[in-house]
Amino acid sequence: MPRLLRALGGITVLAILGFVLLPAVVVTLAAFNSRAIISFPPEAWSWRWFAKAIAYEDFRTGFRNGLIVTAWASSIALVAGAAFALALERYEFRGKRVLEIVLLSPLVVPHFTVGLGFLILAAQLGVARGYAVIVACHVVLVLPFVLRSVYVSLRNLDPRLELAAASLGAPPERVLTTVTLPLLLPGLFSGWLFAAILSFNEFTASLFVTVQRTQTLPVALYNYVREFADPSMAAVSVLYIALTIIVLTFATVFLGLGKVLNVEPSR
Amino acid sequence: MNQRPFLRSLVSPAALCAVSFAAALAAVMQYSLRAYVPGSLEAGGFTLANFVALVKPLYAWVFLETVWICWLTAFFTLIVGYPLAYALVHVRHAALKAAILVITVTPLFLGEVVRTYSWIVVLGNNGFVNTMLLKAGLIDAPVQLMFTRLGVVIALVHVTLPIMVIMLAAALSHIDRDFERAAASLGAGPIRAFLTVTLPLSAPGIIAGVTTAFAWTFSAFATPQLIGGGRVNMIANLVYQLGFASFNFPFAASLSIAGLVLTFAILALMRVAARPLERLGPH
Repeated sequence: MPRLLRALGGITVLAILGFVLLPAVVVTLAAFNSRAIISFPPEAWSWRWFAKAIAYEDFRTGFRNGLIVTAWASSIALVAGAAFALALERYEFRGKRVLEIVLLSPLVVPHFTVGLGFLILAAQLGVARGYAVIVACHVVLVLPFVLRSVYVSLRNLDPRLELAAASLGAPPERVLTTVTLPLLLPGLFSGWLFAAILSFNEFTASLFVTVQRTQTLPVALYNYVREFADPSMAAVSVLYIALTIIVLTFATVFLGLGKVLNVEPSR
Repeated sequence: MNQRPFLRSLVSPAALCAVSFAAALAAVMQYSLRAYVPGSLEAGGFTLANFVALVKPLYAWVFLETVWICWLTAFFTLIVGYPLAYALVHVRHAALKAAILVITVTPLFLGEVVRTYSWIVVLGNNGFVNTMLLKAGLIDAPVQLMFTRLGVVIALVHVTLPIMVIMLAAALSHIDRDFERAAASLGAGPIRAFLTVTLPLSAPGIIAGVTTAFAWTFSAFATPQLIGGGRVNMIANLVYQLGFASFNFPFAASLSIAGLVLTFAILALMRVAARPLERLGPH
């Protein structure tokens, strides 16, 4: 009986994993199909859609814009989020709860509302829809993830190490830079990585705050899908999937993704 | 000596972010109360007309459709996600566990557009599913999956699954395994032990997962836009259409606010309804 259950459970889990992988597998098949129309199974194989996708001007600009926005947004979110996590864990101050709620609320406020908000705000302040607006919007959206990641690592930090440094005469700045920050490095890195991935992929809010000149890669991809049906988009998807799997495997092996996501068993 | 070194410099960058976010939301609220000036990005004087206009069958229908799709998605994500979370926590082989984890969270990092496009390739009339079914002789004509609610929900379940599994696994991993062992030693079979011990103890994870799935789906835009193709409309799609097709930003803003209020009301209701369930969970 337990063996039968085990087998049934195993099959169920395999089927679900198959469901998760299905689009990635199918899109990979489609990307290598030499015909211009999606069809199964592919009759002839080719790399030409990859060549076309990489040469496509909108994708190139989108990729470049995306990197600029991601670099700024994830770095700003890292500094602001890590600093606030430190204050949150160590100090009591006025407005602490309110600030925490406001900073975490982008998790439940729909991205189209956030995007619309920054669009209207920019219009009202008379700011042109340039990178600054997109970056501000992204910072707000990814900050909760940095905050959580750094906060969790702070909680796991042994406070005695800091006390030891202080009792040996290190001033607060020195304790922060030589003890606290180095110990927090894994948490800071995973928070930054999370923020960077989310910002690079952010679509709905970006659609509202970007214009043709500043559009990020997901927006460029969306515009392409609406107009063309050839497999170039499938080729881009494959590149995306490959990159994501590499980053995630790296994160699992070197950072312990399970710990970051808090799904490791307690014992 | 200052008892709270660097407090000001630690808090002020985050405070700046909070202020800009609050200002953006305030801008939406303000616009929702302004009159629409056709052909202009500027808004007119203050009015309640936008909210009055919301009470039309067309919009009521979109609200209902949105809530229904969110429910279906949250429900099916829970059904599909629970076995996966259970396996993730209980598999002992480290490499297998890592593989399950990576596969599960991959959709989370792919971005809405890539995921949605991949589903179009799977679900289209000449897509993978239909071709395979036709080749196998199971159907004579393609099954219409694109531009249907079913198609939208399938893709949305796929998108929401990682976050559901993460939340369920977090809850499951903190359940003391001794409880299950105790149930087994008292003679409960594996199914009974699961139904009477593990499942109730994971209730907080279920509630957190379903609520988050609901909120996330509410926010979905690319999936209903591309797979629904205008035939399955959610609030996000209507807001975008109003903003960028007719430049009626005041009305788009009031629709957003109504959506926000609706989400919070439903999430609050869910929390109240789940309170008896929560009591079953660990404290």
